[in-house]
Amino acid sequence: MATIHVDGKEYEVDGSDNLLHACLSLGLNIPYFCWHPALGSVGACRQCAVKQFKDADDTRGRLVMSCLTSATTGTYISITDPEAVAFRASVDEFLMANHPHDCPVCEEGGHCHLQDMTVMTGHSLRRYHFTKRTHLNQDLGPFINHEMNRCIACYRCDRFYREYAGGTDFGVFGAHDNVYFGRPTPGTLENEFSGNLTEVCPTGVFTDKTHSERYVRKWDMQYAPSVCMHCSLGCNVSPGERYGEIRRIENRYNGTINHYFLCDRGRFGYGYTNRKDRPRVAFIAQDGKLAQASTEDARARLGGLLRGAKHVVGIGSPRASLESNFALRELVGAENFFDGHSDAEHVLVAQAIAILRDGPVASTTLKALESGDAALVLGEDVMQTAPRAALSLRQAARGLGQKLLAQQKLQHWQAGALENLAQDHYNPIFVTATHATRLDPIATETCRAAVEDQARLGLAVAHFIDPAAPAVAGLDAATEARAQRIAECLLAAERPLVVSGTGAGSAEILQAAANVAWALHARGKTVGFFLAFPEANSFGLGLMDARPLGEALDALANGAAEVAIVVENDLFRRAPTARVEAALDKARLVVVDHQDTPTTRHAEVLLPAATVFEGDGTVVNNEGRAQRYFQVFDTAYYHPDIATTESWRWLRRLLSDVRGDGHDASTFDEVSSACAAVLPQFTAITKAAPQAKFRILGLKAARTPHRYSGRTAMRANLSVHEPRASQDADSPLAFSMEGFNGTGTDNTPADQRPGALVSYAWAPGWNSPQAWNKFQDEVGGHLRGGDPGVHLFTANTQASTTYFTHIPAAFVVDNTTPRVVALPQIFGSELLSSRAEPVASRITEAYVAMNGTLAATLSLAEHDSVAVTIAGSVLSLPVRISDALPDGIIGVPDGAPGIPRIATGAQATLKVGAAA
Amino acid sequence: MNDIKRILIGFWSNLVTLWLIFAHLWRHKDTVNYPEEMPYLPPRYRGRIILTRDPDGDERCVACNLCAAVCPVGCISLQKAERPEDGRWYPEWFRINFSRCIYCGFCEEACPTAAIQLTPDFELAEYDRQNMVYEKEHLLISGTGKYHDYNFYRVAGMSIAGKPKGAAESEAQPIDVKSLLP
Repeated sequence: MATIHVDGKEYEVDGSDNLLHACLSLGLNIPYFCWHPALGSVGACRQCAVKQFKDADDTRGRLVMSCLTSATTGTYISITDPEAVAFRASVDEFLMANHPHDCPVCEEGGHCHLQDMTVMTGHSLRRYHFTKRTHLNQDLGPFINHEMNRCIACYRCDRFYREYAGGTDFGVFGAHDNVYFGRPTPGTLENEFSGNLTEVCPTGVFTDKTHSERYVRKWDMQYAPSVCMHCSLGCNVSPGERYGEIRRIENRYNGTINHYFLCDRGRFGYGYTNRKDRPRVAFIAQDGKLAQASTEDARARLGGLLRGAKHVVGIGSPRASLESNFALRELVGAENFFDGHSDAEHVLVAQAIAILRDGPVASTTLKALESGDAALVLGEDVMQTAPRAALSLRQAARGLGQKLLAQQKLQHWQAGALENLAQDHYNPIFVTATHATRLDPIATETCRAAVEDQARLGLAVAHFIDPAAPAVAGLDAATEARAQRIAECLLAAERPLVVSGTGAGSAEILQAAANVAWALHARGKTVGFFLAFPEANSFGLGLMDARPLGEALDALANGAAEVAIVVENDLFRRAPTARVEAALDKARLVVVDHQDTPTTRHAEVLLPAATVFEGDGTVVNNEGRAQRYFQVFDTAYYHPDIATTESWRWLRRLLSDVRGDGHDASTFDEVSSACAAVLPQFTAITKAAPQAKFRILGLKAARTPHRYSGRTAMRANLSVHEPRASQDADSPLAFSMEGFNGTGTDNTPADQRPGALVSYAWAPGWNSPQAWNKFQDEVGGHLRGGDPGVHLFTANTQASTTYFTHIPAAFVVDNTTPRVVALPQIFGSELLSSRAEPVASRITEAYVAMNGTLAATLSLAEHDSVAVTIAGSVLSLPVRISDALPDGIIGVPDGAPGIPRIATGAQATLKVGAAA
Repeated sequence: MNDIKRILIGFWSNLVTLWLIFAHLWRHKDTVNYPEEMPYLPPRYRGRIILTRDPDGDERCVACNLCAAVCPVGCISLQKAERPEDGRWYPEWFRINFSRCIYCGFCEEACPTAAIQLTPDFELAEYDRQNMVYEKEHLLISGTGKYHDYNFYRVAGMSIAGKPKGAAESEAQPIDVKSLLP
């Protein structure tokens, strides 16, 4: 700690911080542009000048950049000194000299850091009357708009994109005051985290193109705290709605998970909720086709169907909330409730949960991954299956720079020095995969092999770390040496990381990863253990111990069960088409979903479910953290005929119809508490967020900013008589700007907003995402009201280390019938995001990848067409030669158009012949 | 005695009043025979709201939402769209609920493009309140309204068809990034 004096007042701050960081953490306002809590200081913009004095008696002082000055004890500064104020105003005026007259037609307007800082510095009148510098723009693909005229040359984009996120196709060009931030040539930004440029850029150079198409100002949107549904990490997001459509996703700060950044799948994958082809009313099958029906008719039909049926099975879903899965389990009975994963994933998820819950090492958090200093990524292509984790892993690799800084007695925030010292040197990261991954460029060593061989390597590493772990017999000398190298490196690290997941489709990989983590734990290391799961709520559904899907399909196919209720799931993604069709042809199918899928087309009754934006629910992320997502808007407000509601509410209504008890108005808290009471593993979920009766200073929390406009006109076309604002019985949030909208203060717990109820970042004078500063205990730290989410179980540190002893046999190469591996794709593999237009445009074309040896054996060249038989269907695919693939393995992109879904992990052998 | 004096004064006062009223028959009239005769209202009178066009005949409104934000009764709502042929922002639809409007004129003050203007037309009575909801087709006129010369896109830095980068007022030609010359 250090004591600093700001404008005559004494404050206790963290002495390792810079003055800007320290003052912002204290709640003092200093304008800034180039500094960012996650990117450090470079002193490029000169906006954060304050006056520093030698001691208490010095009255003359000198101007310093607060972002480049340490907050050491005995620092005397003044923020309000007239000279400093005038200096900051003139810096802002200089930055504005070339700024175009664009605000009305700029997507950043209203949440623009440059606007905020211009108001804060008091610059209000243009004195510069010469010509303005202009730049030509580039087309940066379907996600990002480029408008270089607005640039103030703070270098944040470059530092984020190249240094933080590792992008290679973007940079700074030109010289002196002509600098240009863009790609060498126009084209789609390749990096998976390009969307963060829209938030990192303090002005409107990079804006969200998907939002621009249906643009509204930040103050005009309705928000709710939400959770990303596009992978298992549970990043917190802040979706904005206007006129009944979701208009954009922005990052919602969570100091233990995603903090400031999201991946592009999460940010741009929301379009599925706005699709016109979504079921929004109930449908009943008539003459083999689904016809629109009233909710009453559908319920009457379903009541009869369910009461008359002897055996009803319910199939849950890893993309549905805990409450929806629980309500289904309640309706059909625990013994008739089936897992919505494919059978292969069912096994993997159960294995991963068992490892994390019963083993001695619990999962680490996404944020904590960044502080690791050596990592083994075993079998999981994190960039494609859990992209945000790859960004965290990159920070772990970059952590070496921090060590070098400390050696040079420099501060951790000196970003320029860090970049010069670290150059291309990273903390050791070992990556194993069947194919080339996007982490390879920063990997110390990569190992491309079949899953069995990767698992064997992992097990060997574990054995080298702790001889009590089983040894692997029959390893070749190279693998043996590699295992030893990895083991030594992990042991030498202060905080080694072991990252794996279900993405490789192998329980043996999971077991090997567990052995490594447990071995490190046994050797007294603080190990960060991180497993990626298949989908947003895979962990939660897995904890319900449902029976595997295959049993349900068999029961339906052989007539043991007659009715199937499928909740938010497309069975054709979960099992082979023939098997699903055999089951659905016999069954009477009820589907509750928000997307039109091949499964819904078999339904006798289809009920319109709410998407994550239209309802309340709880999901459990890959670390076992239960997080609540809240309804963003009331769908019926603009379209009274829309009948969508949460699956759990539909199922509760059906339950009441079946029971005939007339209790069909369940609230979220009722269902959630019932879930917690019936299934003790979920006891903690009621604490994931405050319950509906919670109030802050007697108020619900507001969903919309106080400037929210057009309340008396937005639905006046329907009727000039305005209805009462929608009421929310399920949460402590109001569908209105009327409610608590404060950031809370340090010392009064009464006005503290729990982190789980912060819908969007806004504080007086801070309209941009930089407003998160005002919600944090210290800038870049945790939310003052607590980071959202609650762990369902705590680390089982007492558990004894019982290593997995099964050693898989080595993979046998057979180039005549190579093994097919589904290559996970950030864009395409996940169902919902791939239904958003901008993401769909980034999905790769179908291809088959193989290494040069195999291609030569079959005398194939790049782009040649080849007939590939996968799961019974013959596909004609162009060849892509990738020598990263090991012998005997070919890869097809998961989710590419025309390729049947090979459930992650399902591996089939097949024959490759010349093109027909 | 006092009572008689007061009665006389009162009587006199009444006669004076009667005379003054009678004399008004020959005075200049301040009222007009509305609706047969229309009153004069100054151009800046705050009546019915219109959307105007720029001197080139294109819609001035760029759908920046500032009028909606400043409206104290929240009676304006609109949706931004972009014209595919030239990249101009415009309101896909624009709605004012005149049954809520208080004619404060804030929208006109907030408008950065001089698109939204208040006019001296106050005749907005309707039998059916629903008819007081005006859509863009009812708001958009063919002229420039009170401000004849302003054209936002000639000043703004955003390029549109026919006005590339560097062609706006006070703009230099776009920079050649590859040049190292000072």
